[in-house]
Amino acid sequence: MSATDQAVNEAPVIEIEGLNKWYGAFHVLRDINLSVDQSERIVICGPSGSGKSTLIRCINRLEEHQEGRIVVNGTRLTNDLKQIDTIRREVGMVFQSFNLFPHLTVLENCTLAPIWVRKTPKAEAEAVAMEYLERVKIPEQASKFPGQLSGGQQQRVAIARSLCMKPKIMLFDEPTSALDPEMIKEVLDVMVDLADTGMTMLVVTHEMGFASQVADRVIFMDEGQIVEQNNPDEFFNNPKSERTKLFLSQILSH
Amino acid sequence: MHEPFHRTHEEMLPERPAPLASVGLVGWLRASLFSSLSNTILTLVALYILWLAVPTFLDWAFFSGQLAGEDRFSCGNHGACWAWIDQRIGQFLYGFYPSDETWRINIAFLLLFPALAPWLMDNVPGKAHLRWFSVIYPFIAVYLLVGGFGLEEVTTDKLGGFSLNLVVGLAGIVLSLPIGILLALGRQSRLPLIRWFSIIFIEVVRGVPLITLLFVSNIILPIFLPADVALDSVIRVIVMVTAFASAYMAEVIRGGLQAIPNGQYEAAQAMGLNYWKSMRLIILPQALKISIPGIVNTFIGLFKDTTLVIVIGLFDILGIANAMVSNADWLGLSSETYVFVSFFFFVVCFAMSRYSMRLESKLDTDKR
Repeated sequence: MSATDQAVNEAPVIEIEGLNKWYGAFHVLRDINLSVDQSERIVICGPSGSGKSTLIRCINRLEEHQEGRIVVNGTRLTNDLKQIDTIRREVGMVFQSFNLFPHLTVLENCTLAPIWVRKTPKAEAEAVAMEYLERVKIPEQASKFPGQLSGGQQQRVAIARSLCMKPKIMLFDEPTSALDPEMIKEVLDVMVDLADTGMTMLVVTHEMGFASQVADRVIFMDEGQIVEQNNPDEFFNNPKSERTKLFLSQILSH
Repeated sequence: MHEPFHRTHEEMLPERPAPLASVGLVGWLRASLFSSLSNTILTLVALYILWLAVPTFLDWAFFSGQLAGEDRFSCGNHGACWAWIDQRIGQFLYGFYPSDETWRINIAFLLLFPALAPWLMDNVPGKAHLRWFSVIYPFIAVYLLVGGFGLEEVTTDKLGGFSLNLVVGLAGIVLSLPIGILLALGRQSRLPLIRWFSIIFIEVVRGVPLITLLFVSNIILPIFLPADVALDSVIRVIVMVTAFASAYMAEVIRGGLQAIPNGQYEAAQAMGLNYWKSMRLIILPQALKISIPGIVNTFIGLFKDTTLVIVIGLFDILGIANAMVSNADWLGLSSETYVFVSFFFFVVCFAMSRYSMRLESKLDTDKR
């Protein structure tokens, strides 16, 4: 690896400093500092209402923060629509409820943004889409509508749809929480494959098996703060804070 | 020992056909008409009413109806008298349009079909070219109807009968949908000026009867125009009918917009689509689909409201009918006349209704 590559790789792709956010009077994110390196896989967990989804939604401006600095891939996130668009093009997002477009086929879901945002020619966008649909193992569903697919299939399409924009960073907001138990694995498998390609990933999830298998770092949030962060080994086997211990005992007790 | 959970099947059970009584004609009759005692009674009562009404109407309208005759008295007393149709059909269709020039209305009407086809149907050859034709069609139609440049000029007050209903109705329908969409989006806008304008327009226009809007149109519209422009009364009607329908349309579409889950907006944003692209590609196609019944309802209402042009002195098909009913030669033929007029409206409105149902089932992508 050359020296310049080294330098690029060492610059964090996401930098968050002193991030604060309020919903009305409710202080939902409190002084968050987080720096994410290229190809780093981060799992964020914590009790419901701890602000973990809000945090990753601030990164692509689905939520507006009031204080602090967010820099994504060298672009500072401000109210400037151009900056926001630049960031959104580089950041893919997968939602808990899939949010596929029900009036478009699977293939059209995947080609829409490349065609209309990246101005990719249609044929090329379709070729790329088929490639990613193959990677998430459902190329045969390309001409179906989302309503005709199972939840697991829909979420895999949603992942493929995000990847078609060739993002540098992928955000996952509880991607398996709305799935029936037998479909969770097929989605996690796709995410593990994606992690192996070196994608930078921020994953909000309660799938602790996924966290220990894939994550470089596990972040525990509670009441809008980052309470603890560590590598998965240390995090699961040797949690430092009482709140982390309590949380882990609650979700791992069954 | 009792073992309740041991009733298992080793092999997969084969599929069996449904019981005979639940499929086919017998199944349909049983399920739809005779499923319970009260349904059976209702079916029989409905059949009895049909047996009373249908033969009577058919006899009046067709079997005992008179088609030929010079005036009211050449028809018998029994059955309907349709003899006037032959004499008056021109007025019912074209109003007071010069009879030598009515071919222009006919051509405008025929050209309407290729203009509408690429928007209403899927498999139209040369769709892209036809869409360009649709864009220039309004100008062709106006040229044909009004004349000038080689055609004899006909003032719009000569326009009347059902062609007036069609002109006002079509213009209103074609204009009120896009304006309604813009008003619905405007009402949800983050920009206060646009939001307030939309709300005020919708609430004011919707809060006033159309008939009063038509009455005051000659006072209101000139306010927005230079002093020396005298507004044609047909255009005045089109503007008012469009404004009125747009306000209703906006609310119908707002209902559809509110039914779209927030996740759709978020997914569109997260992929980097800007406001207009996410509206055009993601939100509106879904919102409009949900709103189809309401939109078509508004269209149908608008089309029937075109009969209100009578209050500003235009003679649409209903105006012509009113005039004829009070004509000495044909006095007292109101049933026949209004049945005849109703038939025109029914054909158009029913066609719109059927088309919207077809469209809905075509756009229903949730079917497995």
